[in-house]
Amino acid sequence: MSGCTGCLISFADTYEKLLDILGAVDLAYATTLADSATKVTETEDKIIIERVYPEEVDIALVEGSICLDDPHALELMKEVREKSKVVVSLGSCAVTGGVTRFGRGGQNPQPTHTAFVPVSEVVKVDFALPGCPPSTDAIVKFVMAALEGDTDYLEMYADFVKYKDAGGENLVKQVISQGLCMGCGTCTSACQMRAVSMQDGKPDIRLEFCISCGSCVLQCPRIRMPKSKGLLEV
Amino acid sequence: MTKPIGDYIEIISARSTDMEILKKSQDGGIVTAAYIYGLENGLLDGVIVADTTEGFKPMPKIAKTKEEVLSARGTKYSLSPNMSLVKDAVKEHALEKLGFVGTPCQVIAMKKMMQYPIAFRGTVNNIGLVIGIFCMENFPYNGMKTLIEEYAGVKMNDVLKTDIGKGKLFVYPKDGGEPIAIPIKETAPFEQKSCHVCMDYTSEYADFATGSVGSPDGWSTVIVRNKRGKNFIDKMIAAGKLETKPLDMESKFGFAMIEKLSTDKKTKNAKEIEHRIEMGLPVPY
Repeated sequence: MSGCTGCLISFADTYEKLLDILGAVDLAYATTLADSATKVTETEDKIIIERVYPEEVDIALVEGSICLDDPHALELMKEVREKSKVVVSLGSCAVTGGVTRFGRGGQNPQPTHTAFVPVSEVVKVDFALPGCPPSTDAIVKFVMAALEGDTDYLEMYADFVKYKDAGGENLVKQVISQGLCMGCGTCTSACQMRAVSMQDGKPDIRLEFCISCGSCVLQCPRIRMPKSKGLLEV
Repeated sequence: MTKPIGDYIEIISARSTDMEILKKSQDGGIVTAAYIYGLENGLLDGVIVADTTEGFKPMPKIAKTKEEVLSARGTKYSLSPNMSLVKDAVKEHALEKLGFVGTPCQVIAMKKMMQYPIAFRGTVNNIGLVIGIFCMENFPYNGMKTLIEEYAGVKMNDVLKTDIGKGKLFVYPKDGGEPIAIPIKETAPFEQKSCHVCMDYTSEYADFATGSVGSPDGWSTVIVRNKRGKNFIDKMIAAGKLETKPLDMESKFGFAMIEKLSTDKKTKNAKEIEHRIEMGLPVPY
């Protein structure tokens, strides 16, 4: 959808683990990585190149936000939902809108394209992995857990679907103002925009830098605790 | 409710064999000794410490030498956002075996990061050791400042170290005068409120956890929780860096005290969580 393909690069950047993943799945539709979905039809006067979204897909990783000014994007997204068992928003643009929604700066796909919404506003989404981009390590862990059906692990991401505008503001409203912040500093480390600094042990957020990528919200242990299972493993 | 002090492999009393470490440490100097041993033997290539800056304000710092670790030793009863330096340590300082120490909540934050490293690319495998400390509650800087300046009458810049033990908070002035004791009952109103939803006293998810409770003066209790923690502690003992003895399992000041305090914290904070839910306030879930 509308994005920079950074999440796909993060996915492909898993080196030898990508081979593990590719060994376990059949990559049916990834137009940047493989052209198996491309169908070329030659007629007398022209060549038609179509991308055909396959039937009965198990997991669809959707990258980028949905541009409402682009009917094709909406149609494709609906088709993906209908033909896929599980739809995953991969990356901040898909989860919250990210830079396409909160940090626009004249890089529209087309001059008339200005309206972007998260995937979950258009279709039902099962899992949301924020991050700009989500780290390679996190994507591998997610895909492996999905293959193994580790629902305990996946629950964190299933729950994150509801954070359609997760950003620095959530830290203020949901953690600091609610008396839950204990000042661990994870948000400061997590922020790729360096918009979060620690003042007297509490995060201070420069909202003008925030692109609402949702990393700090997902990473915060005081919004959502991890399941204790497996925490002792290294 | 789970076991009061979490899963563990072994539990011992220990102290550093280095007099220089023991001079300024709270008890057995376990964290300082582990860091220095790790740095000097290549098990760690950098560590995050809670240093003290102007006005006795804790500030996390990345330390790579024995001197840097020594200058930061001792317990600080105020907020030091140690997690805030993790990414810098791995990315900017290019550390591959980072040592981390934190309160139970920071250890949970670290473990959550390691399981869901969304914003932490290439970081998880570079965490070399996670040490947890025992923690009942913490004080925000301004709460601590009020206690020390108004109650103990010592300016923040004149504080050498602080120490909690025997139901009192001790403030040691730099001029070498007698420590001023503040009863814990008096300090309670200055506690950080967000600590009251925490259900972890003994850093249940650290590689090993350490604290003064359960061991005699000058010694620390060490709870070894996983293989990595066990390897590290065993190596330290073999190298003569730690002196150990079995934990007191008999009297009420040994193992029983750790269990009691942990259970107390869990019972008290479970009530607070319940209360928050009744009031319609969010709780970490």
